[in-house]
Amino acid sequence: MSRLDKTFADLRDRGEKAMGLFLTNGFPNPDATLPILRAIDEAGVDFVELGMPFSDPLAEGLPIQRSSERALSHGVTMDDAFETAAAFREESDTPLLLMGYVNPVLKYGAERFCERASEAGVDGVILPDVPPEEARFITDAAQRHDLDIVFLIAPNTSDERIQRIDKLASGFVYAVSVTGLTGSSLSGDVDAYLHRARNLVTDNALLVGFGIKTHEDAMELSQHTDGFIVGSALINHCADLWDAPSLSDEERLASVRSFARKLKYGTEAEPA
Amino acid sequence: MTNNPNIASTERYDAPDATGHFGTYGGAFVPEILYPVLEELKSAYAEARVDPEFDKQYRDLLREYVGRPTPLSFCDRLTTELGGAKIYAKREDLCHTGAHKINNTIGQILLAQRMGKTRIIAETGAGQHGVATATVCAKFGLDCIVYMGSEDIERQRLNVERMELLGAEVRPATSGSQTLKDATNEAIRDWVSNPIDTFYIIGSVVGPHPYPMMVRDFHRVIGNETRAQLLEKEGRETPDAIVACVGGGSNAIGIWYPFINDKDVQLHGAEAAGEGLNGRHAATLAKGTPGVLHGAMSVMLQDHSGQVEIAHSVSAGLDYPGIGPEHAHLRDLDRAQYHPVTDEEALHGVELLSQTEGIIPALETAHAVHLLPTLADQLGEDAVIVFNCSGRGDKDMETIAKHR
Repeated sequence: MSRLDKTFADLRDRGEKAMGLFLTNGFPNPDATLPILRAIDEAGVDFVELGMPFSDPLAEGLPIQRSSERALSHGVTMDDAFETAAAFREESDTPLLLMGYVNPVLKYGAERFCERASEAGVDGVILPDVPPEEARFITDAAQRHDLDIVFLIAPNTSDERIQRIDKLASGFVYAVSVTGLTGSSLSGDVDAYLHRARNLVTDNALLVGFGIKTHEDAMELSQHTDGFIVGSALINHCADLWDAPSLSDEERLASVRSFARKLKYGTEAEPA
Repeated sequence: MTNNPNIASTERYDAPDATGHFGTYGGAFVPEILYPVLEELKSAYAEARVDPEFDKQYRDLLREYVGRPTPLSFCDRLTTELGGAKIYAKREDLCHTGAHKINNTIGQILLAQRMGKTRIIAETGAGQHGVATATVCAKFGLDCIVYMGSEDIERQRLNVERMELLGAEVRPATSGSQTLKDATNEAIRDWVSNPIDTFYIIGSVVGPHPYPMMVRDFHRVIGNETRAQLLEKEGRETPDAIVACVGGGSNAIGIWYPFINDKDVQLHGAEAAGEGLNGRHAATLAKGTPGVLHGAMSVMLQDHSGQVEIAHSVSAGLDYPGIGPEHAHLRDLDRAQYHPVTDEEALHGVELLSQTEGIIPALETAHAVHLLPTLADQLGEDAVIVFNCSGRGDKDMETIAKHR
């Protein structure tokens, strides 16, 4: 049983929703990424998505686009993502996935990418611009190196296609909540779509992401899912903290911890 | 010309395959939201292309609105000047709006209308595709938003004015290189956000399947006409060589495609070498490596870690780090040859064609003109060369004047 499957099974037993948080590697600066990951881990994150920055991230709204630009301006590479993952793994059993666009992975080489990711203790990979039809180049290599491959579904994905994606995916199926970019506003009829997806995704956990900013958003959307994913809101929060020169790193990390706790539990207090 | 077994052994060239791949290139690398949209487009196009009514609408508009067929002009003074093969210009510069781009936008707007889409988006570099899209949107009464890099907005003020006059909204892309690459990113982001009511009119043989195939099909009229006109003028259907400029590669594919199975016809493409291959350039096939950009696997300019590199050309229309997947495929098959042409060489090309034939070509087209002297010399007096005069140079006058 993969680390992700085990996490989702444990959470289900406890009747809890999973919270995944996304952070771009190298953001807000290369030294800050790992401390932030550790802070959200302490605050109770259930899995981490580490972003591999790309120059042309075409499904991202402004916050994640800018975080990518900022990381790249520091010269962050794929090998740095493996280093961050390995350092995180040394101290934590929390599942960690790499998320990014296909081109840097192709350039690195799918086989070598999967091998290095696996060695670094990475549990899975999310490539939002790789639909199942184009995924052969990575699925075999991922399987050889025990990496889960997460695929996405969207509100306009047909029933039959959702079932096909569920068969091919492992780790979980990522339900994009909106027709839009990361960080878009949530709109009306998400409920019916997630309800439909819940009935069709039978082999994997179902997680919902895009546009979730608050605990209330998260709880409402994860009624029909096993949990939720937040990216842009965390990125915005970190950008504000690290751009404020008056704050110490301790204060920043404390604020990240409390942000993550509030997202998950609706309150800053430690869970009982 | 080619002895490559890949094509020599194939009775008929029939790329792309059913999944939209040209050999190892092409495909559809897009966010899931766009996948169903592309499926819908694929089936709408598959129906339209065999529908005689659609074909009639398209042909009528090309004739009555675009002004087709465009002439195949014999370039007598250029031929004399170069002292080699006979040179003909396929006059796409005489199309309505001043470039071949309109062939494709007519095809796609008809498709958009057929699919009941109400909002059109496009990306543009030099502005020719933006103007062609704004034009058909005005003609058909559809809302039009054109994404354009803010640097290109500066370089191509005249085309921005034209688009706005035609009723389009020009939205600047301010990220990255602020050129065509980033305009394309913004257009795709718009499409991801508005997948139901919006039709994205892609301006070249790039992007996810079925675009490279569909855009090629809408431009093949250029090559079809060339065949018929050559038969009339020279008593032969095929020239010895066809020369065209290649950015994304739409005008080149349009004129080449009907000749791909005629293996004696040499196909030569001119790509933008900018300041030279060791400086800033846009010579994708000369210097690029395989990768995925804007939804398709092709060849592209990228750094060692797979980040897209910024392209440069004096011509805003060629200033793009990628290229259509079919060109990468034709290059691998050794069916077409691609040559890097610098900014300076292109500017000489503008003068050569202007002063021998009284045709001021677009800076894009001028890259192709640069290949003519060498090729005319190599092929000799008995040969016939056609070059695709893909667009007129009015839009580039400021740039040309600055460099003279």
